[in-house]
Amino acid sequence: MELFVFTCASVMVLVGALGVIFRKHPVHAALSLVLTLFGIAVLFVAQSAEFLAAVQVIVYAGAIVILFLFVIMLLGVDKAEDLKIEPIASQRWIAGLAGLGMVGLLTAAVVSGSDVLRERGLGIASSVAGENADANIQQLANSIFSDYVFAFEVTSVLLVVAVVGTVLLARRRTGKGIA
Amino acid sequence: MISLLAIDPVLKGDLLWTPLLIVILKVLVVFVTGLVATMLMVWFERKVVAGMGNRIGPNKAGPFGLLQTLADGIKLFFKEDLVPDRADPFVFKIAPFLAFVPAFLSFSIIPLGGDFRGDNAGMVTWFGHETRVQLADPSIGVLFTLAISAIAVYGIMLAGWSSGSKYPLLGSVRASAQMVSYEAALGLSLAAVILVSKTLSTSGIVAAQSSIGNWNVVATGVVPFIIFFIAATAELNRPPFDLVEAEQELVGGFNTEYSSIRFSLFYLAEFMNTVTMSALMVTLFFGGPQPIAFGNTVLDIPLLPNGIEGSVWLLLKTLVFLYTYVWLRATLPRFRYDQLMDFGWKILIPASLGWFMLLAAQRLGKNEGWNTIVVTGASVLVLIICYLLLQRAFSVSNKQREAEGSMF
Repeated sequence: MELFVFTCASVMVLVGALGVIFRKHPVHAALSLVLTLFGIAVLFVAQSAEFLAAVQVIVYAGAIVILFLFVIMLLGVDKAEDLKIEPIASQRWIAGLAGLGMVGLLTAAVVSGSDVLRERGLGIASSVAGENADANIQQLANSIFSDYVFAFEVTSVLLVVAVVGTVLLARRRTGKGIA
Repeated sequence: MISLLAIDPVLKGDLLWTPLLIVILKVLVVFVTGLVATMLMVWFERKVVAGMGNRIGPNKAGPFGLLQTLADGIKLFFKEDLVPDRADPFVFKIAPFLAFVPAFLSFSIIPLGGDFRGDNAGMVTWFGHETRVQLADPSIGVLFTLAISAIAVYGIMLAGWSSGSKYPLLGSVRASAQMVSYEAALGLSLAAVILVSKTLSTSGIVAAQSSIGNWNVVATGVVPFIIFFIAATAELNRPPFDLVEAEQELVGGFNTEYSSIRFSLFYLAEFMNTVTMSALMVTLFFGGPQPIAFGNTVLDIPLLPNGIEGSVWLLLKTLVFLYTYVWLRATLPRFRYDQLMDFGWKILIPASLGWFMLLAAQRLGKNEGWNTIVVTGASVLVLIICYLLLQRAFSVSNKQREAEGSMF
């Protein structure tokens, strides 16, 4: 059963990811991204991380991709792009190199950390195995708001800075009237 | 692999035929209840709006016109299904289902009945198995509803875009902006409920509200409920927030190009969502299937077993909200779009955030044994300062906008 769920979710993730790259139409690509995010949410549920799954769907599928679609629709770029024009010269092989580097790093991390991952897998309280149904969320809250509170706050400050910066850039005035 | 399935207590342990049948029965019951409730809701809305407009309303098909929706549905099924030339065929076809499926999914976590008295916590015994009268009770509970309502945006957004026509696109852009904006307020007022009842699961939230004094609407101090109600109305695109389908401005909104069964799916989803949201509000704030009780005096319906009585109470309480929604539709004029956005971002979100902080301070004070009056005073003071700062920010930005020559 676990293998079955994992296979289905992985197929979802991979098909979605390939769709993001190969679909010509920006809206179709964005929808493929939603498929990928859903697959990841299913994988989270299979690992008894229900909270992460919910947040994955609410934040990524529910807000971020909606925002992507919004921009695509409002800016009217909902037509196939000409792939032959390259705005930045030699961006392709740089992107390829960076992608290969990422693959290398991830593989190295998984290979070197496989023992640790196996050990830690037992330490996470499953929301079902325990008597308390909210164990999973309580554990998450405890680590966010006690052990890692500094990182958490820094992240929120970062987000606020990003928002303020965006508003400032969007509302910059050039001469008279709104830019 | 129990972890995936055990969202229902019936499915713990070995998989047997009886639990499986119970679950299938539950799925059927939830699905059919949803469809029938939607059908009746359409009739109810037409009849009540007609009554408020001093008309008669549907009265030909069936007793009191009850079967009017069925007749309309059959008519829609047999109409020609058109796909516009400029539409994106795949997305155009899939969009109605993206609106329809979430509407049903969020119905699955609402406790539809059961006995919450004493230590029962909503458990009933069916065919020798302990279970809940709710399709699923995941540990993330109400977050599931938020996730589903986030997904529901896709149906409307893609429907408008894929029609390949201007007015539907405008309607869908309005809809998605509105739903994403009000979801923040919805989530923040939900957080107040979670804070008070200390659990995310819907059955846990219901079990904690045994009498009127314990109802979350009282325990959270009414404000989160009001915010939740307004945000839910906006999330449902119901009047006075129905800018999505403002006929005078947008022809018919996002579903202009739809016809036949695809159109009826949107229609169904809209009414289904209204029923679900009303039931959810009852669950979160008004004790769900728990009977109305003042302290220890319980208003018990005689002759009915407690498990079934829960469903009756849920139905009665939900009807109040359904009526309120129809009432709002019959009486309130539509918002202007900038008013809608101002209301959501500048009033609802700060108000729900402020109230949430107030409740959190109260909880902390109680846990640490601080003086309640001092805690309340201090937090109110902080809130007033925040409010003044916010007002200052608004006035500064208004002045700058005027200097720039903007209209709003």
